Amino acid sequence: MLNLTIDGKKVSVEKGTTVLHAARKLGIEIPTLCYHEGVSPYGACRVCLVEVVKGIKTGLTTSCTCLAEEGMEVKSDSPRVLESRKLMVELLLARCPEAEKVKDLARKMGIEGVRFKREDKECILCGLCVRVCQEIIEASVIGFINRGANREVETPFQAQSDVCIGCGACSSVCPTEAIKIKEMFDKRILETWHTELELKSCKICGRYFVPKKELEHLKEKIELPEDIFEICTDCKRKSLTGKIGEIKTGAI
Amino acid sequence: MNDKMKRKVDLEKVINKYKAEKGGIISVLQEINREYGYLSEDALKLVAKKLDVPLIQVYSIATFYTAFSLKPRGRHLINVCLGTACFVKGGNRILEKLERELGIKAGETTKELRYSLDTVHCIGCCSLAPVIRIDEDAYGRLKQEKVPEILKKHK
Ligand code: SF4
Ligand code: FES
Ligand code: FES
Repeated sequence: MLNLTIDGKKVSVEKGTTVLHAARKLGIEIPTLCYHEGVSPYGACRVCLVEVVKGIKTGLTTSCTCLAEEGMEVKSDSPRVLESRKLMVELLLARCPEAEKVKDLARKMGIEGVRFKREDKECILCGLCVRVCQEIIEASVIGFINRGANREVETPFQAQSDVCIGCGACSSVCPTEAIKIKEMFDKRILETWHTELELKSCKICGRYFVPKKELEHLKEKIELPEDIFEICTDCKRKSLTGKIGEIKTGAI
Repeated sequence: MNDKMKRKVDLEKVINKYKAEKGGIISVLQEINREYGYLSEDALKLVAKKLDVPLIQVYSIATFYTAFSLKPRGRHLINVCLGTACFVKGGNRILEKLERELGIKAGETTKELRYSLDTVHCIGCCSLAPVIRIDEDAYGRLKQEKVPEILKKHK
């Protein structure tokens, strides 16, 4: 176990714990945008900044990527920390004035105006979608392209992807709802990724419910009985409750 | 064997050469870019397949470095210096003249694939400002009216 102090409070954590987690253990709230439990930290949004005291020097660092060390002294609410976070959020707000989560943070931090040139982007380049797609789904469809001010998350050649399975994990993890997905009868359309996928219909009710490619992908990854993929979740639930009903009434 | 096939064979050779290396993707792309003047969609797809990495990873790298081009480039590369010294001495007017002469903007390539036009920041001979470089040749103390004559030297 490692012992450190955050805002003067002592906490011991296991080796490999991030400062962010150590703080959460103490109930200290640190804002995050690009952090997600399920994927590796990336340190992109910089709203989780904290100050780490090293001897006479103190430095700002992102708490989601910084590992706790024995004897470490962390400040999460010093004026310098709060000011720097505010600046980060102000920059994000200038880039994405409509993003709810960014607006929320700005409101909480008391940011009123934006001193930078406004853009109308939706993506804050946090890279969560990229990491989820790569690490969890293992499809690696999207990634960062270009550099500097032109950096974007995109598919190769900004065109229809042949490896996208249409699972939509990217969109569900995106903090700014930047990834647009819609369903049209027998197709799922991932507008942001220029990709259209055919859906499979439920054997029982006939409703189109899952991209065929997602099924193939699942079948490869996990061993499950074949017919589990044939019926939609609604029908599964119905048949299950039906069975329970039968058991209860002694029909079986 | 037609030309396209031959190219493909060469491409595979290049890829195999760097296959074992760590960071081999960049080396492969550099060599392909050098050999063909740009990175075609097919080339990038082949690299991804042969090195067994996701296509997006290759595409990310290809779009990150300005040294790589995703479009065919001209036979001659014209670099117009817009570094401090050259800028002060009117480098931007030389650029305008070139753009007018060639009918393209900086960053573009002429239709017959003869010239590509780019800007750079200081090529290290500020005393000759304003300077342009065509392939390996530098032209200093340049005046707008000299531009057509210089272009003629590079067929
Ligand atoms: S699309 Fe959303 S999840 Fe993906 S990088 Fe942009 S903000 Fe993050
Ligand atoms: S949450 Fe730590 S940098 Fe984004
Ligand atoms: S500024 Fe042009 S050569 Fe230095």
